[in-house]
Amino acid sequence: MDFWSLLLGKLGLDALPHEPVTIGGAVMMTLGGIGAVAAMTYFKKWGWIWKNWLTSLDAKKIGVMYIVVALFMLLRGIADALMIRAQQALSVGDAHGIVSTDTFQQVFSAHGSIMIIFVAMGLIFGIINLIMPLQIGARDVAFPLMNSISFWLYIAGVVLINISLVLGEFSAAGWLAYPPLSELEYSPGVGVDYWVWALQITGVGSLLSAINFLTTIFKMRAPGMALMKMPIFVWSVIASMSLVAFAFPILTATLAMLGLDRLMGMHFFTSDAGGNPMMYINLIWAWGHPEVYILILPAFGVFSEIVATFSSKKLFGYASMVWAIAGITFLSFLVWLHHFFTMGAGANVNAFFGIMTAVISIPTGVKVFNWMFTMYGGRVRFTTPMLWFMGFVVTFTLGGVAGVLMSVPAIDFQVHNSLFLVAHFHTMIIGGVIFGFFAGFTYWFPKVFGFKLNERLGRYAFWCWLIGFLMAFVPLYALGLMGATRRLDHYDASMGWQGLFIVAGVGVMVIGLGILMQMLQLFVSIRQRHENRDTTGDPWGGRTLEWSIPSPAPVYNFTHIPQVSTRDAFWEAKKTTAHKKRIPFEAIALPRNSPVGIAIGGLSFLLGFGLVWHIFWLAIVALLGIIVTIIVRTSGEDDDEEILSAVTVEKLAAAAARTTKRKHA
Amino acid sequence: MRRRYKILISLLAGVLVVGAGWAFLSQANIPVLETSGQVAGKQRDLIIFTVILSLVVVIPVFALLFGIAWRFRAGNTKASYKPDWDGNKLLEAVWWGLPFIIIVILSVVIWISSHELDPYRPLSSDKKPVAVQVVALQWKWLFIYPEQGIATVNQLQFPVDTPVNFTITSDAPMNSFWIPSLGGQVYAMSGMSTKLHLQADKVGNYNGSSANISGKGFAGMKFVAKATSQADFDSWVQGVKKNADKLDKGGYERLAKPTENTPQKTYVLVDGDLYDTIIMKYMGHGKQQAHDENEHEHDSATMDHDMSDMKGMSH
Repeated sequence: MDFWSLLLGKLGLDALPHEPVTIGGAVMMTLGGIGAVAAMTYFKKWGWIWKNWLTSLDAKKIGVMYIVVALFMLLRGIADALMIRAQQALSVGDAHGIVSTDTFQQVFSAHGSIMIIFVAMGLIFGIINLIMPLQIGARDVAFPLMNSISFWLYIAGVVLINISLVLGEFSAAGWLAYPPLSELEYSPGVGVDYWVWALQITGVGSLLSAINFLTTIFKMRAPGMALMKMPIFVWSVIASMSLVAFAFPILTATLAMLGLDRLMGMHFFTSDAGGNPMMYINLIWAWGHPEVYILILPAFGVFSEIVATFSSKKLFGYASMVWAIAGITFLSFLVWLHHFFTMGAGANVNAFFGIMTAVISIPTGVKVFNWMFTMYGGRVRFTTPMLWFMGFVVTFTLGGVAGVLMSVPAIDFQVHNSLFLVAHFHTMIIGGVIFGFFAGFTYWFPKVFGFKLNERLGRYAFWCWLIGFLMAFVPLYALGLMGATRRLDHYDASMGWQGLFIVAGVGVMVIGLGILMQMLQLFVSIRQRHENRDTTGDPWGGRTLEWSIPSPAPVYNFTHIPQVSTRDAFWEAKKTTAHKKRIPFEAIALPRNSPVGIAIGGLSFLLGFGLVWHIFWLAIVALLGIIVTIIVRTSGEDDDEEILSAVTVEKLAAAAARTTKRKHA
Repeated sequence: MRRRYKILISLLAGVLVVGAGWAFLSQANIPVLETSGQVAGKQRDLIIFTVILSLVVVIPVFALLFGIAWRFRAGNTKASYKPDWDGNKLLEAVWWGLPFIIIVILSVVIWISSHELDPYRPLSSDKKPVAVQVVALQWKWLFIYPEQGIATVNQLQFPVDTPVNFTITSDAPMNSFWIPSLGGQVYAMSGMSTKLHLQADKVGNYNGSSANISGKGFAGMKFVAKATSQADFDSWVQGVKKNADKLDKGGYERLAKPTENTPQKTYVLVDGDLYDTIIMKYMGHGKQQAHDENEHEHDSATMDHDMSDMKGMSH
């Protein structure tokens, strides 16, 4: 082994991109990175961003960073989607579209992995960080430093998956990398390794987050907030994070085995030498199915808050809602086999999993009815969050019918792996998770930044998204029934599919228009922030504790930890404002900034990069670095908190109150 | 007045879009719904039944959603306002109960149809079934007719109204064998043999493909399944036997090398155990040694038995 391969592993000049589209992407990304660094240096913002953001342990700031990064990844995922649509609209008969087969396969594999792991998960963790502690009347999460480490592990994954654009290649084996295709024999390049290690590192962060959030909810609720008095969003977080805690270890083990197969030539999932690819497919879906519910349950929670608030009415059937969430959580572990009825498991096994799948529609249906009857007898204000809710019910119900269809194994044989399936899960994830996030984003934006988003542009964005979504995915249902399978980079003109593919492509462009509207909305809203400032802390007539504090939420969240005696604690408190006693301010302990999170994230990135390229010295050094960092941190003196004195708290609270008064003047 | 204008225009646009979609789909070829085989036909009936069953819930949901939203909009001060009304046992019982009943009905349907349309279940017929052994290769389909002693690439032919018993494996990454006009798909996996039973009710050419990504040439893994009269099938077999190349071990190894968009081809089968040999390649400690070891340890009859027990799931 010569010096260079010892130093650089498999990395060489041939790792640079050679195809126009990939070169374009790589150049854009590199220039963007250089541009960002240059701008930061020019405006002398490094110290500011380091102190206020990168090393911050404030859950609200970590939440904002999650969402900012996830939205950037959403843009990347949408760009991938546009390429997929363009290829499938153009690559017909003698024409071969805009990219090579290999690039196309990398693009859809990246699209899926990015959208689920780096967009949807990032958005969910972001919104939980922002809102959950406020809703339970807590000043922070249980383990602020671990929270920062989780975030930086997520960033390590994000960087790893993006760097695959510039150095080497990405996996071409689909977003779940089924073996034996993803094994060394059929995928000898570094693409699958990027996929394995990016997901592995991020997944560890997700697991840590779940432990953190569960501990926070179970140990740090405001006094008096019994479990059945929590806001429904908090319940949905318990359910979702329990799923993470149980499902992500499966992912970690599965990826570790696939990684060992590829790194050390083992045979866990190869089809020869005693390996078993079917085991992988079972394991990856034992994680993958709960993963879908990890994403959708918090969205259900968001909608529950929004419908009650904008109907100015109590949530209908609170106990039903909790039981429905619990039921879905439990059932989501009993349905994984429906992802491969076509493997030939036999009629009894297929029927069992089919029935379990159909059963999930019962608690889901109950939730829909409860939301509708929350509106019944209310005063419903159709602001943008409510539009997203209405759009969600319509799309989710239609997608649900497709889901019930596919729960019947005999029907699934005819639509499995077709575009019908692709349309179904996009209906659920866009109509459910993404619409849910946008609703929550608009709803809680003033709480985080202190001003409301522009309503009119928000409405335009909604209609673009809804119409674009229908145009992009209704044709896919039809194409599936016409026999079009997923992931085709080329097809014959005689199939008669091109027209529908073109409509679907236009649909994605309309969604793109919606995204432009949202960017414009953000820009306009920031410019008009003084007119749209939320001076009350309660811009929508809220019901839960986060609306009881000023906007933007102060660093310590609550000057006094609230006493809770009912559900909708703030709504009830507003009714009885007669005697507000002045309670003296007290000192508040806040977590001190720490560079440990960013250090562990950076080292984890190097570890992943070393494993991808077989640069073993780098991997070993990075791993040792992580261990040393943890040892040093845990054996250091206990100086991880800084105290805001009672006087400081009083000053900060007074400043926040002044903004409130300005409105009345 | 302006609102009414808006609603009218959106309604009109909606009708136009639905109309255009309907016009397009009515002339399109939709094999899953316009079926040509008895299995696909039953699957289509199941699709229609399940959609209708779902509508029992979906129609009330849509009616309630828009009805309630309209009636209780903030601007409508005539509607009652009951901010503390947060439950009703009877109503909740209805929407736990109604979906429950529907799912009970659906569960019965799932149980019966999973058994009736189990791809492993032979179709009943007074005609003798045609056996076809399917091998997914990189990136083409090899079809072996052990009884006729022939083999074909990307080209499938069988008599109409006669059951076809497919046994399916792979000498490549996992694929999925699918002829939508005739019925649902089943995975093709190396070292394993899965089964699928189909029958064409009409003479015709039906498109088939791989529904599972298997690498670079996967999009080109399409074939035509031709259902003909018994006489045409027999004369086709005779023609193949007279004219085609021979498929022996060496020939198979050449064929198994990765190729893309492979043209159709026909062979005379020399090695009658080819299908079993392909499966046994994956059974030993490594592909190279597997050949010799397995030839000693198994004869093909017991192996066939093993495979059917495994049904592709347990190893």
